[in-house]
Amino acid sequence: MKKILTLAMALTLTVSLAACGNKDKDNNSSGSESSSLSGSILAVGSTALQQLADTTAQKFMDKNSGVSIQVQGGGSGTGLTQVADGQAQIGNSDVFAEEKLDADKAATLVDHQVAVVAMAAVSNKDVGIDGLTKQQLVDIFTGKVTNWKEVGGKDEKIQIINRPSSSGTRATFEKFALGTKTEDLAGSIQEDSSGTVKKLVSETPGAIGYLAMSYLDDSITTLKYDGVEATVDNVANGSYPVWAYEHMYTKGEPDAATKAFLDYIASDEVQNGDVVELGYIPTSKMQVKRDAAGNVTK
Amino acid sequence: MERSVNMERSYNKRQEAKPHIAEEWVGKIYTFICIAFLVITIFSMVYFVASKGLSTFIVNGVNAFDLITGVKWNPDIDIPQFGALPFIFGSFSTSILAAIIAAPLGFCAAVFIVELAPKFGRRFLQPVIELLAGIPSVVYGFVGLSVIVPLFRDLFPGQGIGIAAGALVLSVMILPTITTIATDALSELPAGLKEGSYALGATRWQTIYRVALPTTMPQQMTGIVLGIARAFGEALAVQMVIGNAPHIPHSLFESTSTLTSAITLSMGNTAMGSVQNNVLWSLALILMLMTFVFVFIIRFLEGRKKL
Repeated sequence: MKKILTLAMALTLTVSLAACGNKDKDNNSSGSESSSLSGSILAVGSTALQQLADTTAQKFMDKNSGVSIQVQGGGSGTGLTQVADGQAQIGNSDVFAEEKLDADKAATLVDHQVAVVAMAAVSNKDVGIDGLTKQQLVDIFTGKVTNWKEVGGKDEKIQIINRPSSSGTRATFEKFALGTKTEDLAGSIQEDSSGTVKKLVSETPGAIGYLAMSYLDDSITTLKYDGVEATVDNVANGSYPVWAYEHMYTKGEPDAATKAFLDYIASDEVQNGDVVELGYIPTSKMQVKRDAAGNVTK
Repeated sequence: MERSVNMERSYNKRQEAKPHIAEEWVGKIYTFICIAFLVITIFSMVYFVASKGLSTFIVNGVNAFDLITGVKWNPDIDIPQFGALPFIFGSFSTSILAAIIAAPLGFCAAVFIVELAPKFGRRFLQPVIELLAGIPSVVYGFVGLSVIVPLFRDLFPGQGIGIAAGALVLSVMILPTITTIATDALSELPAGLKEGSYALGATRWQTIYRVALPTTMPQQMTGIVLGIARAFGEALAVQMVIGNAPHIPHSLFESTSTLTSAITLSMGNTAMGSVQNNVLWSLALILMLMTFVFVFIIRFLEGRKKL
């Protein structure tokens, strides 16, 4: 028993020390050996973007054996902080850096928009409606309307299933679907992951929530927004407004390996392959553009 | 001639002793390094959490009193409000309720293991209960979300989530802690005490109730406090079933939040150094101070041992 414990401790220590050692080495090598494309990249942040980053990183590493890419979650705030502090090469974020960091810190970061993610309000299947207007959504999420019959559904109490107030998904939904920040109402449910939100919405009578497009399926009702369905085409032509960019931030211009990786994600192969498969929308498809302040241009 | 042989012997002896001295030193140094490592880890952790947690009050100018007594939690609006009382209330109510559920169960299981069926209890029941401690908390959370929440939704008004669901999940999680300590306490009970009780004509239940329970009370309390401390610090399983609305609930079946779930929900999404992030460290500081209080209570109870 004792021996096993000692062994386990030694192993943990070795691994953690090795990890520390690696980082120092990589920082040096990525600067000097740019031509042969080697080095290691640490991409930290948004869990919504993690799957895409992970899949593409695997494929990129298969092609470039000299590069090792580590993808970690932790949330958009963590990603932005770590890339701004130089601890990570790439900071994954659901929101513009300007929304989370100080202006002067955000100015040091370079934005690479790798995909677009659209969100839709969803409800339990028993509520009896298939769409809501913007005003109705605002009324529901600010607690003015508490029964489905007030918005044309059946007589049932509305149960809000929200994301935590710091979440990037919630920020996007509030900004583009509601147009206002909302409080966590008494009795509302805040869940950390989209998977749990979906499970709760599908199981809880009278539940309403919102999910990224990749999570939508038949177990829940996807609500139209002002009569517009959440489809790829509607998002691309600008008629469906609840969407956001997925950002990969680098501090200043990226080094060669990081740049190659970002270029690979921006390539048609990934944009029309993995990006679409994982439920994101390729940035190239978008006929409208949006800046950090939320202004939309054709 | 004889003398030289003797001298050689004693020289050999000294040679043999040398490796032992070396071993002694290796042991000492190894132990010292381990202890130093532990102490440094603990102190740097306390320092880190404290410096981060206090910067909410020092750098960001949030009133500490408002944080502890405020009931409004709106960190992301223009004039943020940081009232953590709902979290503190949620943490205490879930963990104490969990202990209230788990303590009688744990004590009865211990009585069964030690007094009623020692063979079966020791060999099967105890390992099974201790196995509960090894189940990952996310599994508890998922079972809670998939079984307990729908059950409560059908049985009680509300959506099933809330303090009741959280406390029930936690009570199963802390059951092994309470049971193990209760079992140890009962088996340490001197046979003479029990035999004396039997000799006076007491039945088995009277002996357990009048002799075993009062005598081992401090240890039982230690187990319960340890259980509460464990429940207090548990984050993931509770977060999944409690609903996480930052409000003091009106019933056991209404969405509320705990200190730990508030931290895990937002820690990754907030930028380091921002007031929204610092205030989470303040919550962590409160959590840590509470753990210290629990440790002191346990030390106090240890001193009151009657055996």
